[in-house]
Amino acid sequence: MRNKYSVFSLIKNALSYHENWQRAWKDPTPKKEYDAVIVGGGGHGLATAYYLAKKHNMNNIAVVEKGWIGGGNTGRNTTIIRSNYLWDASAGLYDHALKIWEGLSQELNYNVMFSQRGVMNLAHNLQDVRDLKRRTHANRLNGIDAVYLSTEEVKKFCPIINTSPDIRYPVLGGTLQRRAGTARHDAVAWGYARGADAMGVDIIQNCEVKGIKRNGDSVEGIETTKGFIKTKKVGVVAAGHSSVIANMAGLRLPLESKPLQALVSEPVKPIIDTVVMSNAVHAYVSQSDKGELVIGAGTDDYVSYTQKGSHQIVEGTLNAILELYPIFSRMRMLRQWGGIVDICPDASPILSKTSIKGLYFNCGWGTGGFKATPGSGDLFAHTIANDEPHELNAAFNLNRFVSGDLVDEHGAAAVAH
Amino acid sequence: MFLINCPYCGERDQQEFKAGGEAHIERPKQPTELSDDEWAEYLFMRKNTKGVQFERWNHAHGCRKWFNMVRDTSNDEIKAIYKMGEKPPAQ
Repeated sequence: MRNKYSVFSLIKNALSYHENWQRAWKDPTPKKEYDAVIVGGGGHGLATAYYLAKKHNMNNIAVVEKGWIGGGNTGRNTTIIRSNYLWDASAGLYDHALKIWEGLSQELNYNVMFSQRGVMNLAHNLQDVRDLKRRTHANRLNGIDAVYLSTEEVKKFCPIINTSPDIRYPVLGGTLQRRAGTARHDAVAWGYARGADAMGVDIIQNCEVKGIKRNGDSVEGIETTKGFIKTKKVGVVAAGHSSVIANMAGLRLPLESKPLQALVSEPVKPIIDTVVMSNAVHAYVSQSDKGELVIGAGTDDYVSYTQKGSHQIVEGTLNAILELYPIFSRMRMLRQWGGIVDICPDASPILSKTSIKGLYFNCGWGTGGFKATPGSGDLFAHTIANDEPHELNAAFNLNRFVSGDLVDEHGAAAVAH
Repeated sequence: MFLINCPYCGERDQQEFKAGGEAHIERPKQPTELSDDEWAEYLFMRKNTKGVQFERWNHAHGCRKWFNMVRDTSNDEIKAIYKMGEKPPAQ
């Protein structure tokens, strides 16, 4: 029986010096057979397992993770959550996730520290202004809250931004989604893991997939470092390593894996109470509850699995940050890291069946998957359980690269993710 | 970030170069006869190898010439560089 977290359990455990907390999830050895196996124990994979158990009564399932849960991109992103995407399909997908975020801490009985502090996107040239106004209108037609701000309103909402007309890329305006914000990324993985585990899902860490066994066009199981696991359904949620798993099954995906970097500063007192993104100069920044500035940089343009990334990418981002926020000129950066992101040609994700029966892929989230974690898990669980996509992820199928019906967020929305 | 030995200019910083993706993808000889599946394969599907990968690079901020590279994407180690039109080295 899972103990509920509450103020009373906190007091009770404080009295015993926090030494008797129940384990949040078990550490099981894999069974011989499961109804479904999820490959990848990040936020999306754990959420998929959680919703498979909760909404589709599939409790005899496992999540296999080659490292530790939440140790990949879930623990490496800049935690921004928003749904102000241009196209109807994307708006539907990301706003579905945002609606789940709004009640997630209560649902999981786990504080994911979801904070609707707003996300502001800046415009630095006339084309930006036109694109952002168009996006604001598109958002509102889709029922997503969005407002367009003048330069003065940008300054009022976030006073530390340099709105002088004399800087190299002056701020000409911006958009604001007030329901957007941030959440604690580790807590999302831990909360979903605890929830899934409580419903009987086996979370198997340090278990790397080495092969996918097929019988003709159907999946029979997976070879792992902890032995063969028989299953008829495999849901792959392996982010940057999706192509590696696909190759094991003899599939090719329209993905390129590239390092994306982020960095945090030394912790300081509260100075920025929102999230500000600027696509044109590629700088975005927010402040964590610990006080660190959380800064997202860009991707390198070559395929690499090194989780490092190039120095000039970070330098370019910090140049832009310093011009937009002169107040940060003497801040020191504390840590920098990279994660491997799998990018689709149209910068939209794939949540899809494949040509192999029982093999499903949830990948291609590129540089912006964290925000979609709950929605992605919910819709992918639906796809696996019913062997059919939900209407909200039907557009994000693999076949769009054959039919040409792409969800082109890259070119049209100029959205950094 | 690494150094790249441009076959025309010599060793330069990687930031002078532009990555051009997977190499040796041949343009279809009879484009009009291709099915949608074959177009998708040619345009979008990639090996995205973790390990030794053959790829194209362009010395964008130098001689602006294209060339081929064999690189291990798991550690960014460059195995070989050869000019366009040359046969890839055996691996």
